[in-house]
Amino acid sequence: MTVAFYLISALTLAGGLAAIMLKNTVHCALALTVAFAGLALLFLGLDAQFAGFAQILVYIGAVAILVVFAILLTRGSETPKDGVYSKHWPTGLVIAAAVFAVLGWAVLQSMRVLPSQSQAPVVTVQQIGNELMSRYVLPLEIIAVLLTAAMIGAVIIAMHDKVENGSATNKEAAK
Amino acid sequence: MFDKLDQIFVLLLHWLLGYLPAVLRPAVGVVLCVAVIVCVFPAIFAFCVWLERKGLGRMQNRLGPNRVGPFGLFQPIADGIKSLTKEDLVPLTADAVVHFLAPVVLVVAVFMGFAVLPMGRNMVLVDMDSSLLFYFAVGATSELAVFMAGWSSRNKYSLLGAMRAVAQMISYEVPLLMSSVVVVMITGSLSLVKIVEAQNHYTWGLPHWYIFTPWGFAAFILYAIAATAETNRSPFDLPEGESELVAGYFTEYSGFKFALFFLGEYLAMLSISGVGATLFLGGWSSPLEILNWVPSWIWFFGKLMVSIFVFIWLRGTLPRLRQDQLMNFAWKFVLPLTLLNLFVAALWRFMDDNWLRWVVCSAILMAVYAFMGKVGMRREHFGPRRYRYAE
Repeated sequence: MTVAFYLISALTLAGGLAAIMLKNTVHCALALTVAFAGLALLFLGLDAQFAGFAQILVYIGAVAILVVFAILLTRGSETPKDGVYSKHWPTGLVIAAAVFAVLGWAVLQSMRVLPSQSQAPVVTVQQIGNELMSRYVLPLEIIAVLLTAAMIGAVIIAMHDKVENGSATNKEAAK
Repeated sequence: MFDKLDQIFVLLLHWLLGYLPAVLRPAVGVVLCVAVIVCVFPAIFAFCVWLERKGLGRMQNRLGPNRVGPFGLFQPIADGIKSLTKEDLVPLTADAVVHFLAPVVLVVAVFMGFAVLPMGRNMVLVDMDSSLLFYFAVGATSELAVFMAGWSSRNKYSLLGAMRAVAQMISYEVPLLMSSVVVVMITGSLSLVKIVEAQNHYTWGLPHWYIFTPWGFAAFILYAIAATAETNRSPFDLPEGESELVAGYFTEYSGFKFALFFLGEYLAMLSISGVGATLFLGGWSSPLEILNWVPSWIWFFGKLMVSIFVFIWLRGTLPRLRQDQLMNFAWKFVLPLTLLNLFVAALWRFMDDNWLRWVVCSAILMAVYAFMGKVGMRREHFGPRRYRYAE
């Protein structure tokens, strides 16, 4: 168990580091996928099947693909030789360290506040589904509405402007 | 006697494991099962290639392979040896690491899907709680492999093919999942083993397969459409349309790597047919109660071969779709119908078990199908074609 944990953690960290260190943007995206896969394996190692498979389905199957699509459709994947390091990287480092400190502090606090259980509870996917549909139905619906609104917004932004286009073709026809 | 024949592979495994110390048994058992899966499905793949070439030949009034062995049966073996001995060419500008990894990732991802398929009574490698979710999660990984192959080749045809393939697979993954969700709703479980057990009952000697219900029939048709698109088979084979893109995302692959892509495509077809059979056609259960003595694995693989034949038949019959038709079909027709089907399945679940729910559910599905078809036809202006990007 522990050996597997350290191996997967090393893989995840290596993927994350490669994602920020590599020069080629597509390579970065692929390295990020390795980190996603490592996270999914960590979830599975904790016996959280639903979270693990959802991580693979959503992050590797959709988010990673979205990232590479965005890279390919916006500009060339070739970056300058000296890389794309921002001048403000110390600020980013400070923010990242602060976020990490807050998360770590919260996790360490929870160990003291919550009673430690001797055995990990067994949660089936069916239980998660029932809870989502009964106790947590309001948050679920709010997230669903938010995502739908985001999707409609994206469609409106990307929509072909028919009126303008139609008048342009009319003008061409008049010529 | 027939019980033993039904469980022959399970008994064989236990007999083999009996010679080992108890400590090693679980590990060796898993390795043996994996070895069997890794051997059997490529063998079926070889047979499918032969069947496809023969069947397509028959449909197009030619003979197909007929030189190697009786009826050309050994043609796949000759092809395999050829692809093993061919030179492995990698383009000079290609991204060597990603170019190498792409076929490996694809084949590994596709093989993992077989782990959760119940191929017979007690014949499943991993019987987990959420096996359907596992299957779709692993299947989603193959999109990334396709992208890696297309991008790393540094070839415009490869890249175009990969972009088409990924766009198509993402679009059709939504209806694929949505059409399977109704089965989960009715069964109340994500486990493929439990889904088969829920269908393995008989009334008057006829099975309770989900395809024999209104929502199940609609979901099966939608699943079949989405599965055909998901595996890039004709009429959805735009990503490798040979008249437009040479071979799509694997244009720059040769030798055994090309064979791996070929293998991955057919294995994906086999596994997605297997899941379809499990969800809607009762998996390993027999179509009539009096045929229950036939071993369960024969039924599973029989259903698999029938669906492979339908794939071949479709390829021999239908012309290829255009990109905009493909996308419109997915988002404006298939997806709304799957969403409606969710509602119909819920209605079916909460109505009393009598003839009324058959009438109501079928009427809703058929009315919406007819209405959407009519509106869609009216919106299609069958005038001269207007090219949006090539004027």
